[in-house]
Amino acid sequence: MIAIVHLGAGNTASVQFALERLGAEVVVTSDAAVIAEAERVVLPGVGAAGYAMERMGALGLTDIIKRFERPLLGLCLGQQLLFAESEENGGATMLGFIPGRVTRMPVRDDLPVPHMGWSQLHGLADDPILQGVREGDYAYFVHSYVCPDTDATIACADYGAEVPAMVRQGNRWGCQFHPERSAKAGAQILRNFLELDA
Amino acid sequence: MTARRIIPCLDVKDGRVVKGVRFEGHVDMGDACELAARYRDEGADELVFYDITASPEGRTLDYGWVRDIARLLDIPFCVAGGIRSVDQAAACLDNGADKVSINSPALERPELISEIAERLGSQCVVVGVDSRREDGAYVVHKYTGDPDARRLAGRRTMDWIVEAQERGAGEIVLNCIDQDGVRKGYDTAQLADARARLTIPLVASGGAGAASHFLDVFDRANVSGALAASVFHSGQISVPDLKAFLAGAGVEVRQ
Repeated sequence: MIAIVHLGAGNTASVQFALERLGAEVVVTSDAAVIAEAERVVLPGVGAAGYAMERMGALGLTDIIKRFERPLLGLCLGQQLLFAESEENGGATMLGFIPGRVTRMPVRDDLPVPHMGWSQLHGLADDPILQGVREGDYAYFVHSYVCPDTDATIACADYGAEVPAMVRQGNRWGCQFHPERSAKAGAQILRNFLELDA
Repeated sequence: MTARRIIPCLDVKDGRVVKGVRFEGHVDMGDACELAARYRDEGADELVFYDITASPEGRTLDYGWVRDIARLLDIPFCVAGGIRSVDQAAACLDNGADKVSINSPALERPELISEIAERLGSQCVVVGVDSRREDGAYVVHKYTGDPDARRLAGRRTMDWIVEAQERGAGEIVLNCIDQDGVRKGYDTAQLADARARLTIPLVASGGAGAASHFLDVFDRANVSGALAASVFHSGQISVPDLKAFLAGAGVEVRQ
């Protein structure tokens, strides 16, 4: 059973439907016991970093998520939450699996912010979650804050600078883009996530 | 970089996709779920569903229908029509929509933009603006879904889009009414003016009638995406053919 962590209003339903299209049994929940026992956990992003961490704490989920030892996938803001801190809304301390600070994307005349739309993935690492995904496949991004490029980066996108599109630290993976809204490549990544050794 | 987005827009009235000429005289174009699946398979980058009767009639979206669409699609979609509160916007997202577009209710109460942005994030707040040139200036109209309810909103377009951005909008869809449904091309002058004033993505709407119109609006107005309805629904332009044409002209598109 796959637990999608529900921190508040947000697009958890689209993640749920995408996993259901792949035949997974999914529950959207904020119940600590259900999440602790899940085979895999998906952590979607909701609102701002500080708000999401506050909700996680208020729901008693922070330690459960930190201690979760089976595959965990953070989506969009959920990838950012894997890092140590964010400068969003005056600063937030996050889960800290990966060192570094999430920062606001600089605005440029030729590059609107948010980075909203389809960008190509490149620099793909040899990682089980990327099996069958090709260099140049498009993924759908929507974000105004960007993760630092670290050893954890396993895929990039180019938006003025290198955007860490996917990261991995041990049993935790992150997608800055929305695989549930990224057509075939996104479905392949979710399928791979469902097949990771749990 | 991002690929330029091709965005079929489905104007929905009583559960059916409709299209009017200059927003009037609606004609039935087919079932919303069937059209959504067709565009997904053809390579549309995003879909927009406008419940065009919701705002003037004072009712809100039927969220079950949003859920049916969300189950089908593996591309992003935006829902619009009578969203007047944060709770209604949240309900759209909870039912699987990626973004909500607000138009007339934002004109009546601009705080709605910031309220949705603060709770759900700017990325999901699209502000739709219906604009036409009158007496030498671009001005905003509201309630354009219903010819009897439609009226001037008392705002200048360029002021309003900048205010919407400052209040937290994540994207602007600028629908140029003079061009809408008449297929003579996008209003590239107005769109280029708007583009220069914004830092958030801008999507062009209104006037698409030929593949060359899409090339013009990307080249001249540098918009992130182009929205169109009747040319796609009627089969006059297919999404794959359009993308092949744009790619051949050097425009980055997702194929």
